[in-house]
Amino acid sequence: MLHKPVLNTWQARWLNRCRDALRNPLYLIGAAALLFLAYTIVWPVLNLIWSTFVWKTQDARLTPAADPGHLTLYHWSRVLASDMSWSLFYKPVLNALAVGVTVSALSMVFGCGLAWLVTRTDVPLKKTITFLAIIPYLLPSWMLSQAWLTFFKNSKIGGTPGILQSVLHVTPPDWLAYGFVPIVLTLSIHDSVYFFLLVGAALSSMNSQLEEAAEMAGAGRMQVLRRIVFPLMLPSVLSGFILIFTKAVSSYGVPALLGTPVNFYMISTMLYSSMRSRLTTEANVLSLTLMLITMLAIYFNQRLLGGRRSYVTVTGKGSAVTHVPLGKWRLPAAVGTAAGMVLIAVVPFIVLLLQTFLLKDGSLSPDNFTLHYWTGGSDPDINTGEKGVLQNPIFLLALKNSMIIAGIASVTAAVIGLLFGYAVARGKNTAMGRLVDQLSFVPYFIPGISLAAIYITMFAKPVLFIPALYGTITIIILITVVKELPFTVKAGGAAMMQIGPELEEAAVLGGASWFTRFRRLLLPLSRKSLLSAFILVFIGAMKEMELIIMLVTPRTETLTTLTFYYVEKGYDQLTNVVLMIIIAIVVAVYALAVKFGKADLTKGLGGQ
Amino acid sequence: MNAIELRQIQVHVQQKHILKGINMTVEEGDFVTLLGPSGCGKTTLLRTIAGLQKLNEGTVVISGNKVADGNLAYHLDPAKRGVSLVFQSYALWPHMTVFDNVAFGLQVRKQPKAEIRKSVMAALDKMRIPELADRYPGELSGGQQQRVAIARAIVTSPSILLLDEPLSNLDAKLRTEMRAELKRLHRELGTTIVYVTHDQHEAITLSTKVAVFFGGELVQADTPRVLYRHPRTLQVAEFMGSSDHPLNRVEGVCRTSGGVSTVSTALGSFRLAGMNGGADGAGAVVLTVRPEDVVLHENRTAGSIPVKVEDVLPAGGETLVRVAYGQEKLGARVIGDHDYAPGRMLYASFREERINLYDRETGRRLETGVTTITPILEEIQR
Repeated sequence: MLHKPVLNTWQARWLNRCRDALRNPLYLIGAAALLFLAYTIVWPVLNLIWSTFVWKTQDARLTPAADPGHLTLYHWSRVLASDMSWSLFYKPVLNALAVGVTVSALSMVFGCGLAWLVTRTDVPLKKTITFLAIIPYLLPSWMLSQAWLTFFKNSKIGGTPGILQSVLHVTPPDWLAYGFVPIVLTLSIHDSVYFFLLVGAALSSMNSQLEEAAEMAGAGRMQVLRRIVFPLMLPSVLSGFILIFTKAVSSYGVPALLGTPVNFYMISTMLYSSMRSRLTTEANVLSLTLMLITMLAIYFNQRLLGGRRSYVTVTGKGSAVTHVPLGKWRLPAAVGTAAGMVLIAVVPFIVLLLQTFLLKDGSLSPDNFTLHYWTGGSDPDINTGEKGVLQNPIFLLALKNSMIIAGIASVTAAVIGLLFGYAVARGKNTAMGRLVDQLSFVPYFIPGISLAAIYITMFAKPVLFIPALYGTITIIILITVVKELPFTVKAGGAAMMQIGPELEEAAVLGGASWFTRFRRLLLPLSRKSLLSAFILVFIGAMKEMELIIMLVTPRTETLTTLTFYYVEKGYDQLTNVVLMIIIAIVVAVYALAVKFGKADLTKGLGGQ
Repeated sequence: MNAIELRQIQVHVQQKHILKGINMTVEEGDFVTLLGPSGCGKTTLLRTIAGLQKLNEGTVVISGNKVADGNLAYHLDPAKRGVSLVFQSYALWPHMTVFDNVAFGLQVRKQPKAEIRKSVMAALDKMRIPELADRYPGELSGGQQQRVAIARAIVTSPSILLLDEPLSNLDAKLRTEMRAELKRLHRELGTTIVYVTHDQHEAITLSTKVAVFFGGELVQADTPRVLYRHPRTLQVAEFMGSSDHPLNRVEGVCRTSGGVSTVSTALGSFRLAGMNGGADGAGAVVLTVRPEDVVLHENRTAGSIPVKVEDVLPAGGETLVRVAYGQEKLGARVIGDHDYAPGRMLYASFREERINLYDRETGRRLETGVTTITPILEEIQR
């Protein structure tokens, strides 16, 4: 193998270099990762941008000036400066920004308060409160919207009115039933958990001695908070703010349920309806706007934080934390918090569950109870003959699809995250490693609904050896994996970082191939992180809405899209039955993971 | 046959020039220590021998086979070089039992199970830890982990065993114990050992040959005795001393007249016998003598200088006495417990054969022809 005599030095050197590069797993994985990222992220985004600047064939019916294939600013001017701009663009953008800012602010108050209470005071029932705080995360955010409607729905959109109207005979005003207020409230309740986990982690890792030192220097309680605690927490608080802002701005399920009845559109819902009315290019412009907003938000986050990001890990050591005594407020605080949590996490669930057994909404008389919506057959008088969920072949198909999608996507995403994380962690000093790291973060900037919009056009027809994926389960799995990359690669990279290179080198000296090293060392050693990634992606995929709503076809219907179908038809009980089943699956998987895998969701979330 | 031959090794790590042309030969059965302060490149050299670090230039030959050639960008797989490495952090796989840790390399090579069992138990026996086979690394003490790491390295009967600061994570008592173990192992296995450390004491105790590195260059490779007595540069001389007993250095000027070279210092003049009067004898020089080579007398003896006691630092079995001769300060290491009152006059003499002379400019030892360095009595008795 070594320099054959026929080769000169230069040739031999070149040959050996190639051989080394080909056998270096880092280069192979890195190259594969870059190819994958280029095809699933970079190319689609460029494509999307390009598409907004060229004429399409179908534009001919909009204006005679259309010249298919040639460059134009027509689409941009149509979206930004035409008589439909206000309703198509500016209003949804303003609405989205307003919702984003308000939700972030409210979540900040809820989340930080809760985090402080749990980590820094002597409040009892800490474990219960933490557990209750996680529940909203396990539930789809639009479940709360659904519960909201169950309470506050008025007769405006038809169907049976909500509990408030039918039981108490109070007609809730539109502003309370639909639109801005309920959207903000339900999103805030759901998203506070991120704040709670992020800030909680930062607070609990902050050494109490930092505060005590300030007290020794003569600072009062408020001064300590203002000058020590707040600046130290600022990075995590800002990160949380941006995280929730970007999530809220691009959320789809909640505004679709609560906004559309009163024509309260956000970018995401407008995007969806544009897609539906075949205004693809206009939808693309909206996608880009949404991406731009997200990018700006993250850019400002970085600018504001500057070099101070490192504060998040104040100390790695779990130093002693002195708890603030709450005195006589100890019990009321605990009970109040727990009760509040129950109110937002458990009550909606129970109401929705109860509703699934009610033949007609709002009446609790014994003869109104039924299992029809769960197991009943077709009855033309109820929901125009739609069968009970468990009898319904559509449901069974959706259940199968959901399980397949969530199962395959979560395993794939976790493994890809680990592999890419390997390239990132081991190649952190190479341009390739950094590129993989940065590119895999890009989906974070792309709101789910935009990504879906891109993928529809991209995978509508076969390209090279890749068949047309539109209408298959594969595309839904693919988009889920891609959308979760920012999280899974970060988690995988962190896990790989923790496995010292010498553990692998010891195996290299033992003669283990890379595959053996992966199978026998890297995989078992990163088991915990792998499992957390798996669980988070699985739960995310089970309740995923904005990402797939545009991609599903009748054949690839999933549980979430089925609920939406039922919502649109006004089949409230059926919606809730499916919702209950989704929740049951999510909770069961989570419980299994906690019990058998010792997975810790609270840790995994912090890294997101 | 030489176990390892290193020729003109140049290594860059992340654009930093770490090894700058290392030439070294390790004979079979040697216990060679690579010694130097942190950052001098000794660990990088070890990794280059193991094949974990690619070299940019030079060649590595192990047992007669060329395993790396910078010119051809050729690097043989680490596993095929017949070397084992014990890592500084031990690098034990935390999810495997001690048995599996040791067996891993054999399992990868697909040896039959019974044979693996035999070899693993033999290796554990050699390290005297057969009872730990079913434990996990997390359940072991530092010393036990160390033994497992060595067992894992010797189980494949490598022709060369590389150890990277293996004792640096142990406490002082365990370190002494493990040193004895390593010496025993070297005797029993007869393997060539290359050992990295920054502890000069460890290097001298263990090795048959010590290679001292500074700034990516090999400065001196000699037996521990020669290295200790005649360090080739001032830097090595300083490094070989312990921080408790710093080297005594006295600056002086060397002159040659009439074929006789003399060094005049603040302590008096010294005659250099055998100095051939060449240019290397002339100019500013530094004279060094280790504290243990300074002898203190209560009464004046021939060749001694009167000194005043400044400080006495007892350390149990020995005492460091700090004395002054005019402005010059000297440290003397005296066996036994001595208590001299500060200010008391004593007489100091030097073990002539242990005095070393260095060029002040280059820091290199002046060895050409110098056989003895004798104090000139008349001068001292002034």
